[in-house]
Amino acid sequence: MAAPFDLNDDSVVVVVGSGAGGGTLSNELAQKGVKVVCLEAGPRIENQDFMNDEWAAFSQLSWLDKRTTSGSWRVAKDFPGLPAWIVKAVGGSTVHWAGASLRFQEHEFKARTTYGEVAGANLLDWPLTLAEMEPWYAKAEDKMGTTRTNNIPGLPGNNNYKVLEAGAKKLGYKEVHTGRMSINSEPRKGRGSCLQIGFCFQGCKSGAKWSTLYTEIPDGELTGNLEIRPDAQVLMITHNDQGKVDGVVYAGKDGKQQKQKARVVCVAGNSIESPRLLLNSHSAKFPDGLANSSGQVGRNYMRHTTGSVYGIFEKPVHMYRGTTMAGIVQDEARFDTSRGFVGGYELETLSLGVPFMAAFLNPGEWGRSFAEAMDAYDRMAGMWIVGEDMPQEKNAITLHASEKDQFGMPAPNVYFDDHPNDDAMREHAFKQGSAIYDAVGAIKTVHTPPYPSTHNLGTNRMSENARDGVVNKWGQTHDIPNLFVSDGSQFTTGATENPTLTIVTLAIRQADHIASEMAKGTL
Amino acid sequence: MRLIDKRVKVSRRDMLRTGGAVAAAASVMPMAIVHRGALAAEPVALSKDSFATLVKMARDLYPHDKIADNYYAGVIESIDKAAKDDAALKTMLEDGVTQLNGKATGLKYGAYGSVPSEEERVAILKEIETTPFFQKIRGTMITGLYNNKELWPHFGYEGPSADKGGYINRGFSDINWL
Repeated sequence: MAAPFDLNDDSVVVVVGSGAGGGTLSNELAQKGVKVVCLEAGPRIENQDFMNDEWAAFSQLSWLDKRTTSGSWRVAKDFPGLPAWIVKAVGGSTVHWAGASLRFQEHEFKARTTYGEVAGANLLDWPLTLAEMEPWYAKAEDKMGTTRTNNIPGLPGNNNYKVLEAGAKKLGYKEVHTGRMSINSEPRKGRGSCLQIGFCFQGCKSGAKWSTLYTEIPDGELTGNLEIRPDAQVLMITHNDQGKVDGVVYAGKDGKQQKQKARVVCVAGNSIESPRLLLNSHSAKFPDGLANSSGQVGRNYMRHTTGSVYGIFEKPVHMYRGTTMAGIVQDEARFDTSRGFVGGYELETLSLGVPFMAAFLNPGEWGRSFAEAMDAYDRMAGMWIVGEDMPQEKNAITLHASEKDQFGMPAPNVYFDDHPNDDAMREHAFKQGSAIYDAVGAIKTVHTPPYPSTHNLGTNRMSENARDGVVNKWGQTHDIPNLFVSDGSQFTTGATENPTLTIVTLAIRQADHIASEMAKGTL
Repeated sequence: MRLIDKRVKVSRRDMLRTGGAVAAAASVMPMAIVHRGALAAEPVALSKDSFATLVKMARDLYPHDKIADNYYAGVIESIDKAAKDDAALKTMLEDGVTQLNGKATGLKYGAYGSVPSEEERVAILKEIETTPFFQKIRGTMITGLYNNKELWPHFGYEGPSADKGGYINRGFSDINWL
């Protein structure tokens, strides 16, 4: 059973966050006999309590603490207090994710070398290659039960996918299929197969979609080496005179603060909270925050170049029936500067229910043309653009000078400007998306601006040299040997693909490294 | 394909409000055909005229010709209730209505509600769309109208599906016109 550890037990590894990175790392360490306390800021909500109701689920699951925004991105205007649509609960954003699990392409680990100098972009190669990652990707795909790997069949395509597929094939696209999805297409590892419920974003009630909530976390607890402590929001990481971290201060539900001692601290709070925590942990010894000798903590914030295209048809589609992300067009994921931009993008089906469609179709719009589009809801098909955006130093998470959260911790501000490359890619993708639907008789297509970010990346980036980034190829901070970063904030560049598979892969690999260094006594 | 009955069904709440006879008719007929008064009870904070003006404005913001007035009125009712104990909100709403009526008077109509064409009313709304008053009504309508489960059939949306076993056997891939 779940092992409760003492606050003064300084032999434990403390993992901050229980999502794709933290939840996976916690279980992997526990399986190797390492004692882990995983501190999760949100509550523990199990599948049966998830709701097929967009606004109710949003209130139940989302990270809604005080945040501010700035910069020229449209989210700052439409949703100034909600830069990101991510989860505050055990399982983190693996509760909310849609399940797409794609490996990065080889050249994407070498973005600086492949793309060359891009003005205004802070591009860098990863200190890792696809070859080094492949065996770890394989472990992650097996763990998550990714379709089209390990002889797991693809999911059946729903109505929304069939429209995408028919249009894409008419345009001559070749790589069109129902995706590599970590959603069971057949029963596997004690979980059933997908019932095509829809509401993937609201938490999978059947458990067919992989989430650390009901896979990694209970598996880790069974070892007796893992304690998940929900409603425990870490406010600060503390260190000793030698400059090594020695514990964390966290606030419980009642706001009462506790200190948990630690041998190693791994930060996995997503790309807004992780740098916020490092910055807020400043001290006399580290006045700019922990692990920030490069000045890169919080910088190079990426969110993928996104947008949606909705096609309106004469006859019903009922796009909401079945999995939210039901299929993909991959032909545009390639590197090909003849299109006027570096990097590539995927087109993936996406559907929203009526409540969220009203809020997101074109935020702020009103009048008859909007009402007419809503009246056509059941005749809509939808797709989401997800493409590589450029890291820019100015796009950053910083601590707000005066705004504070409910625990008195400075609120994070998220600054973001699109790069001209992002704009060029989005325009290209909008055009191609419309062409797909036009090819199968769309009456009208609507270009929907980016939603609050779900892919938050890059704010503690991995680099070969300490001067260029925050962590090394193991996610270990360049400055403090027993402090690690274990989430998507490690990403050196964003790549084209949905990030979760790579976050899980890095976490499995990192667990192996930490356990072996601990065994050697070097950590 | 498995199609959906897009007629809005009457709810128990409507039964209580409107009486069984109208409700019985409503249960077998599309809602918009059944004529009903928009306002079931007196407003608690706003004047009756202001309330009616806001209902008109609400429909102009999100004009669904097949959705009955009472659904727009229901959202304004929630704002009216909130304004009962919130003097600042009440002032904002009454001032907003005064502003709308003032602009209508400038166009030689006595009040916003007397402006005969939607086009002219929309032009008035365009002039004030950056005001907190406008944004308050717009933002409340977006959730109040589109998150009203009774209206989901109108949009052809079926709502929760887990309790029905998902769509695996209920038409997730039944498209037949491609």
